[in-house]
Amino acid sequence: MSDTKNFMFLNRRAPYGTIYAWESLEVVLIAAAFEQNVSLMFVDDGVYELTKSQDTAGIGMKNFSPTYRTLGDYEVRHMYVDKASLEARGLTADDLVQVEWEDWETEESVDNIVEVVDSERVAELLEESDVVFSF
Amino acid sequence: MKFSIQVNEGPYQHQASDSAYQFTKAALEKGHECFRVFFYHDGVLNGTRLTTPPQDDRNIVNNWTELAEKYDLDLVVCVAAAQRRGIVDEGEAERNGKDATNIAPRFRISGLGQLVEAAIQSDRLVVFGD
Repeated sequence: MSDTKNFMFLNRRAPYGTIYAWESLEVVLIAAAFEQNVSLMFVDDGVYELTKSQDTAGIGMKNFSPTYRTLGDYEVRHMYVDKASLEARGLTADDLVQVEWEDWETEESVDNIVEVVDSERVAELLEESDVVFSF
Repeated sequence: MKFSIQVNEGPYQHQASDSAYQFTKAALEKGHECFRVFFYHDGVLNGTRLTTPPQDDRNIVNNWTELAEKYDLDLVVCVAAAQRRGIVDEGEAERNGKDATNIAPRFRISGLGQLVEAAIQSDRLVVFGD
């Protein structure tokens, strides 16, 4: 099983209210362990998954948002956020967590792999993917 | 073409499992291959043998079992999702100290790696759910 594919995880839902976002993250971690090229895309309410300062104490749910910040350590190289979805919700890139990435072998590093992209680019990125996991 | 199928919703509440079943059946009848059907999220609830729908309704769980028997389909239920929702086979009952099992015939419980492998090995991964 030496094949490497471009995996795109399309995250469309708010982090709480349903379990899709959380269980999606579990697939991301496994896919990265399979040494696939893993990217994430956040659209619609999915952009809330990356917002800073989440506090779930009032709803009795585990706050799993810190996991997103560790994805760079799992060799996730790209996290794209749909600009139109952000704007429609009154959010900007400043409201989102930053995710660092570093290649342990080459020491190449990127301060923040979270990138806001326009709708045209969203479509291109989905087109370029071999597999789209939609959550 | 070699397909894999992901089912993200439980039976009856949502049409996803019916649609996935109809799609899989049609694809197999047309001579396509199905590498694996993977049940995730509430989709794992398709794998309990304890459902008893009214007699004049379709039996979704049995439909999957029968399709698997006919075509030797690999029906895989995600272990982490299954543990949350109470889908149990003998191994899980033993590991987690449960007093019963409910896994339907031809279903098996395994890890998310099976979904990732299915996506790698198949020409298309078709996802059913919202």
